[in-house]
Amino acid sequence: MNPKRCAACKYLRRRCPKDCVFSPYFPPNDPQKFACVHRIYGAGNVSKMLQQLPDQTRAEAVESLCFEAKCRVDDPVYGCVGIIHLLKTQIQKTQNELAKTQAEIAVAQTKLSQTHISDFM
Amino acid sequence: MASSSNSYNSPCAACKFLRRKCMPGCIFAPYFPPEEPHKFANVHKIFGASNVTKLLNELLPHQREDAVNSLAYEAEARVRDPVYGCVGAISYLQRQVHRLQKELDAANADLAHYGLSTSAAGAPGNVVDLVFQPQPLPSQQLPPLNPVYRLSGASPVMNQMPRGTGGSYGTFLPWNNGHDQQGGNM
Repeated sequence: MNPKRCAACKYLRRRCPKDCVFSPYFPPNDPQKFACVHRIYGAGNVSKMLQQLPDQTRAEAVESLCFEAKCRVDDPVYGCVGIIHLLKTQIQKTQNELAKTQAEIAVAQTKLSQTHISDFM
Repeated sequence: MASSSNSYNSPCAACKFLRRKCMPGCIFAPYFPPEEPHKFANVHKIFGASNVTKLLNELLPHQREDAVNSLAYEAEARVRDPVYGCVGAISYLQRQVHRLQKELDAANADLAHYGLSTSAAGAPGNVVDLVFQPQPLPSQQLPPLNPVYRLSGASPVMNQMPRGTGGSYGTFLPWNNGHDQQGGNM
């Protein structure tokens, strides 16, 4: 048993076993991290998800789960999908602006070449 | 509009999956029709039926359809990419925004250059005035991605997700067809 229980085991009020799947990713000094993930996914689901992944990808999986869980707590209707919406809107807007600017460059180039031609006439 | 499935005596996808009787007041029925079994299967696999019930009960009825669609979207993303889920898509889109912003800045610089040279050549000098000023991404609405996720393991999840009717976000919601015109394979 770990002398210092991880945040997950502390939260779940249980002993923290030596091979605890949560302890490398939920240190005791950050209790909110696990609370958020547990609230949205449930400890059982997170445990299952982590056990299905190779060790080297688990840390990043936990970070992405925490991020999505925090988004869902902050915005219970859209979660991180709200961010995807914002980004897609921004992409659409920037693409439109870029197309407009490129069209204006083409106009400016045409005007410039016409000016050069008239200078030689 | 969400349609209730149990009015036709056919259990909703959730009750079918959970092998239980679909009661008239079933909270899942309007959002998990029997003809979409995968939608609930994914949501249950990632969030669990009881968590989804709790989440829906905490929302106003008019918010629930969008909530279910966003949960289904997240769940499918997580099933496709168990490491990054939706975060892979967010990371991809953030980089796309950054790249487009750089292109726009370069194009604006180009246009400013042409504006100066056309003015010098005696042509109207108001071309630059027509340029859109790029709008910065509203960072206060975007929680920082920490760490910034690499996309090495992420699968393309955008535009392949369950689609519904959308709500206050309108046609820009990822599960709606409208305005999905940006490039890339997401």
